[in-house]
Amino acid sequence: MPAMGQPEVIRLLQEALPAGGVITEPAALTPFETDGLTALRQKPWLVALPESVEQVRAVLAICRRHAVPVVTRGAGTGLSGGARPLADAVLLTLTKMNRILEVDVASCTARVDPGVVNLKITEAVAPHGLYYAPDPSSQIACSIGGNIAENSGGVHCLKYGLTLHNVLGLTVQTIDGEELVLGGKALDAPGYDLLAAMIGSEGMLGVVTEAVVKLLPAPLAKRVLLAAFDDIRRAGDAVSAIIRGGIVPAGLEMMDALAIQAAEDFAHAGYPRDAAAILLCELDGAEAEAEADAARVQAILTEAGATETRLARSEAEQEAFWRGRKAAFPAAGRLAPDYYCMDGTIPRRELGAVLNDIAALSQRYGLPVANVFHAGDGNLHPLILFDSSQPGETERAEALGGDILKRCVAAGGTITGEHGVGVEKLDQMCVQFGTGELEQFHRLKAAFDPAGLMNPGKAIPTLARCSELGGMHVRGGALPHPELERF
Amino acid sequence: MAAGRDDAAALVAAVAAANEERRPLYLRGGDSKAHLTGCGPSTPLSTRGHVGIVDHRPDELVVTARCGTALPELSAALAAESQMLPFDPPRFGGNGTFGGAVAAGFSGPARPWLGATRDAVLGAHIVNGLGQPLTFGGQVLKNVAGYDVSRLMVGAFGTLGLLLDVTVRVQPKPEAVATLATRCSAEAAANTCQRLLRQPLPTTATCRVDGVLRVRLAGSEASVRRACDELPLDVEGQGDAFFDAVRDHAHPFFAQTQTPPALEHAAGETLWRLSLPRGTLFDESDALVEWAGAQAWWHTSMEASRVQARARALGGFAAPFHAGRWPQRSPPVRAAMGRIKAAFDPNGILNPHVMDDAD
Repeated sequence: MPAMGQPEVIRLLQEALPAGGVITEPAALTPFETDGLTALRQKPWLVALPESVEQVRAVLAICRRHAVPVVTRGAGTGLSGGARPLADAVLLTLTKMNRILEVDVASCTARVDPGVVNLKITEAVAPHGLYYAPDPSSQIACSIGGNIAENSGGVHCLKYGLTLHNVLGLTVQTIDGEELVLGGKALDAPGYDLLAAMIGSEGMLGVVTEAVVKLLPAPLAKRVLLAAFDDIRRAGDAVSAIIRGGIVPAGLEMMDALAIQAAEDFAHAGYPRDAAAILLCELDGAEAEAEADAARVQAILTEAGATETRLARSEAEQEAFWRGRKAAFPAAGRLAPDYYCMDGTIPRRELGAVLNDIAALSQRYGLPVANVFHAGDGNLHPLILFDSSQPGETERAEALGGDILKRCVAAGGTITGEHGVGVEKLDQMCVQFGTGELEQFHRLKAAFDPAGLMNPGKAIPTLARCSELGGMHVRGGALPHPELERF
Repeated sequence: MAAGRDDAAALVAAVAAANEERRPLYLRGGDSKAHLTGCGPSTPLSTRGHVGIVDHRPDELVVTARCGTALPELSAALAAESQMLPFDPPRFGGNGTFGGAVAAGFSGPARPWLGATRDAVLGAHIVNGLGQPLTFGGQVLKNVAGYDVSRLMVGAFGTLGLLLDVTVRVQPKPEAVATLATRCSAEAAANTCQRLLRQPLPTTATCRVDGVLRVRLAGSEASVRRACDELPLDVEGQGDAFFDAVRDHAHPFFAQTQTPPALEHAAGETLWRLSLPRGTLFDESDALVEWAGAQAWWHTSMEASRVQARARALGGFAAPFHAGRWPQRSPPVRAAMGRIKAAFDPNGILNPHVMDDAD
């Protein structure tokens, strides 16, 4: 571990990077003290801003030689604290590496730097009738490197997949100085699927310095439907009915009454204020196909008990339907001084039951919860509303969030669908996984980073942490880590 | 739904015992890919006693099945609900198990449009080389808790773990299927494929062999009909018998390598598989090119290093399609694979013969 002012390491980093590439002044470090999970703040020891692969390699070599931990950061929009700085670590920030290196129209691929903003890829390839599919809500700001670290999703993953399904190649630098070129423009890579290991690994295995992404043809036509329900369980069942009908919508989103009110106050999208839940369903494809699918979905929604269905008749109306959904998070931000966004995912059939239980938990903890989520893939985003200036309320919000995630695991789901574990959900990892799985994760990490210098303390909890957890989840009467001593 | 037989405890015990005794195992499913992996001197461990669909919920678009389940059986069960495996794995000789298909990671003709085997995998119960039963992933489409170990298993040929059961995403069977055909040059075929990649048409396969390009369209009646009208190709037929034959290597093109060991077949030629960027022009008379140019099969007696160099120059890689050959990898990737193998199977119990290198 470096002493705070270890001048030797700072000098070496300054030599390796261009002028201004090393930030150490406390005031200049302030913007880096948090990612999108703003409740947790920590000033980094220093920020390194490389502009090339060679400079990234040089920084990693210095850090390895001097046993300095490295936290890699893209745009800092992540919601789980994965890029939260450490007091004794270099914050390796890749925003200056932001070039689109190549657009290959023949193979429908683009080769990009890690710091390229997600939406910039689509902007660059749109003239060719192409786009990059994953569209996390932060896509105007988040970087592709961060998307890769988190395996980011978005509203269209039900049909077009996650980051994992849309990245063909990566160049990765390990802390030990290896350069791993994984995949490329070809569809397959030789040997083990190391892309699967890297994507979603939260900066624990290496640093991505280049990515080859897959481009898709932009759909010719789309239709957006809005359906209102007077009962949230019925809305959940309607989601299953659509999928059962053999239709895979491009997007299928749900909002509950509190989220509808908040979004309506904020964005004036024209949502029915008296509904218990609304569904938004986007269908795309060729003109005739989108039209036919929309008619079928409308019939299914009516059959499923929708009190009202509306088909957006113009692009402006489609945009208005989406505006409320996209504004849901900032809108919730106006309902209370703070909100805490969860990311549990459950099988679709459990939607109704889990939403009811979330409502009961919300009552028990005395904190309102607004539900906005990707219904098509069962990815919930309960927004817990609280006021951190009230003593104990932050802890109560965290405890409520923890209980919601436990409920998701019990329903056969997961603690995080797309935001990642970071530092936020380390404790819930002990609920989701047993000792054997956690040990396997640690061994896999050691295969890339034997010294444990990459993003230490994130994503995968130590066994000791799990054993010390109060209120440990008990499955089938058996403690998840029976071999560990209890205190 | 719970039909079949749960042999998990016995399989876990068998791997644990083998690890204890440091006795290498040859994980054996339906033997449909034995000509690709060989078996080495290891003790066989059959998965055929661990069979059946554990869970299939049509409205969740997921299915969980035990590794020994026969592929035709699984497909039939899905078809009964008008569903299918999007990755449409090959059934060499009409056979193969679900576990073997996932372990090999081969994908069918629709791969560029409907995704690879690994794209569909959502979770798996595995036994690692230490004989520990472990659970990764789950039944939900989005899941980023922990490293994506279940997808790392795909294409690892059982060297990282025995797959007890696997959950994969399924998808609705298309309402209509049509196959179009035209006789054209390799260059014209590549151009057509490039155009298809940029057009939102319901394309789900392409293949050029013996000078004929075929395109499969699958989707709603309306979209297939419209695409048939729009594309300058002749309608050859409904259905996908041609592409099923290509998928299973039952097409006459593959006949000369039907009988293993392929190394010794008559012409002194080797069947190579080239994985290439989509839209690639690969103009060889004795090649079959599918996946919109992203996969080429080539019979050639050219020496290995030249075939590999050729594939690299095109932006991909090449590997002979026969026993005991990993494709050529860079030294750092090869080293990383060795370390990952050790992380899952420190004593080298699981299918060690598959780890033999081509390079």
